[in-house]
Amino acid sequence: MTDKRRADAGNVTYLDHAATTPVRPEVLEAMLPFFAQKFGNPSTLYSVGAAAKEAMNAARAQVAALVGARTQEIYFTSGGTESDNWAVKGAACALREKGRHIIASKIEHHAVLETCRCLEKQGFEVTWLDVDGDGLVSPDHVAAAIRDDPILITVIHANNEVGVVEPIPEIGRIAAQRGVQLHTDAVQSLGKIPVNVDELGCNLLPISAHKIYGPKGIGALYVRKGTRLNKFMHGGDQENRKRSGTSNVAGIVGLGKAAELARLELDDETKRLTALRDRLIDGISASIPDATLSGPRHNRLPNNVHFCFKGVEGEGIILRLDHAGICAASGSACTSATLEPSHVLLAMGRPHEVAHGSLRLTLGRSNTQADVDKVLEVLPKTIEQLRAISPLYATSDQ
Amino acid sequence: MSEQYTDEVMNHFLQPHNVGTIKDPDGVGRVGNPVCGDVMEIQIKVENDRISDAKFRTFGCGAAIATSSVLTDMVKGKRLTEALKITNREVTQALGGLPARKRHCSVLAEEALHSAIKDYRERLRGKIKRGEEPITRCCPDDSCELCQLLAKRSQEIAKKHASEDL
Ligand SMILES: Cc1ncc(COP(=O)(O)O)c(C=O)c1O
Ligand code: FES
Repeated sequence: MTDKRRADAGNVTYLDHAATTPVRPEVLEAMLPFFAQKFGNPSTLYSVGAAAKEAMNAARAQVAALVGARTQEIYFTSGGTESDNWAVKGAACALREKGRHIIASKIEHHAVLETCRCLEKQGFEVTWLDVDGDGLVSPDHVAAAIRDDPILITVIHANNEVGVVEPIPEIGRIAAQRGVQLHTDAVQSLGKIPVNVDELGCNLLPISAHKIYGPKGIGALYVRKGTRLNKFMHGGDQENRKRSGTSNVAGIVGLGKAAELARLELDDETKRLTALRDRLIDGISASIPDATLSGPRHNRLPNNVHFCFKGVEGEGIILRLDHAGICAASGSACTSATLEPSHVLLAMGRPHEVAHGSLRLTLGRSNTQADVDKVLEVLPKTIEQLRAISPLYATSDQ
Repeated sequence: MSEQYTDEVMNHFLQPHNVGTIKDPDGVGRVGNPVCGDVMEIQIKVENDRISDAKFRTFGCGAAIATSSVLTDMVKGKRLTEALKITNREVTQALGGLPARKRHCSVLAEEALHSAIKDYRERLRGKIKRGEEPITRCCPDDSCELCQLLAKRSQEIAKKHASEDL
């Protein structure tokens, strides 16, 4: 949309926090000295480098504290996608002499899904775990899939589209009993619900800064001590020789600060977002006919609202909401780069035409009751207007 | 996504013209999008071989809704033969262009119109008569995957029709 028509930034209701979040002022402030002033390479010995090194160590401790890990178990990467790739390919590569079998849920993020598909082409065998209508993976299915010696189990902690929180602690116990490494993508759950690597029982857990009010292009991988994992980035042996590349110091400092704030504010923010989420869900259910909540009512991220509306297509919803100053997302085929509907909704058994009418609203720090009210005012009209254009929705006056 | 839509597309999308159905339509065309699974319906009223009214209903993206809106505008008052000559490119041009990824959506509108006119002619003559050019492409680009898909599909349709003729 051209600038003149776009609602001005002050008026925008941003409801796409699962896509990305703004950098918090405290985070930005912490980062700024590390661009021009404390610019040194942390791998050097002189004092400018030492200042950077110190800041990185502090950030590592902050990230470790957020997930209940030891400082040495945190490795900085370029973000969630790299961490997912490293974890899955690195584990497969380290254990390929032992076996070629990987167990993965059907609702993994693309960063895991496509990595597994790539491994399939290279001769690995992937057992794709089904999910139920709410998007839940059954721990029994995981146990049943461990027939031979699988080398990795990967199940997303909380799904980025529908917000369902998977029973990772149970899956973790099964994995530990059977001696299989577990990877769980916590990029969406961090900062929204408690994430503790020992409670989850995982070996590998990716982290991304820009989903928790940190900068884009920086993240980390938690690697439990003793985990079999090959290197992914070769070079100058940074990050304890596990991940090469000159460290993105400013980004790392930003991630650290964001992680610290997320940990300190978690309880309050979870409560606040849950209340807003429930009002949105109840309000939409009450005011729009033929609207189906995707994912479970309660066992979901406190900031995720996801509905499918019969007879309408998602891109139209997004464009009309944007026109009204609301930023949201959809898993419809027309909005995706591949023109395929969401693999998550299809795995949950939603037919194509239903997946087409999907809307995801994800709340965050900036949102208030006023934003909920705005959505509840605009959305019912939007759906009604689109249904009036649709040949697939019979309104009473036709 | 929205970044790539022109003002014209957005205007037609936000306030589409000719939405709905016609009472006792003379021709109805309902087609599905082979690429993304959307549905479009165009209804026409014909008087003296001219389209006197056209209405549409679309389940699809912003581009699909905008192309149906602009195409139904364009065909009103036109002779059937003229309406059939409206090209996909003209429709796209009337909208100030479409993102490449959305070209297939404008093909859908054209197909729906052709199908409505065909429906009218079939009814009129009480039997199938063809002669319209099938839609075989969405753009001049020979390597376009969509054009290849459309060409294949129209061949299949032609084959089916040929066997019906026997
Ligand atoms: C569950 C999940 N994993 C991984 C990623 C990728 O993270 P990044 O954007 O930092 O590469 C995302 C973000 O889209 C995500 O939601
Ligand atoms: S109708 Fe699906 S992309 Fe346009």
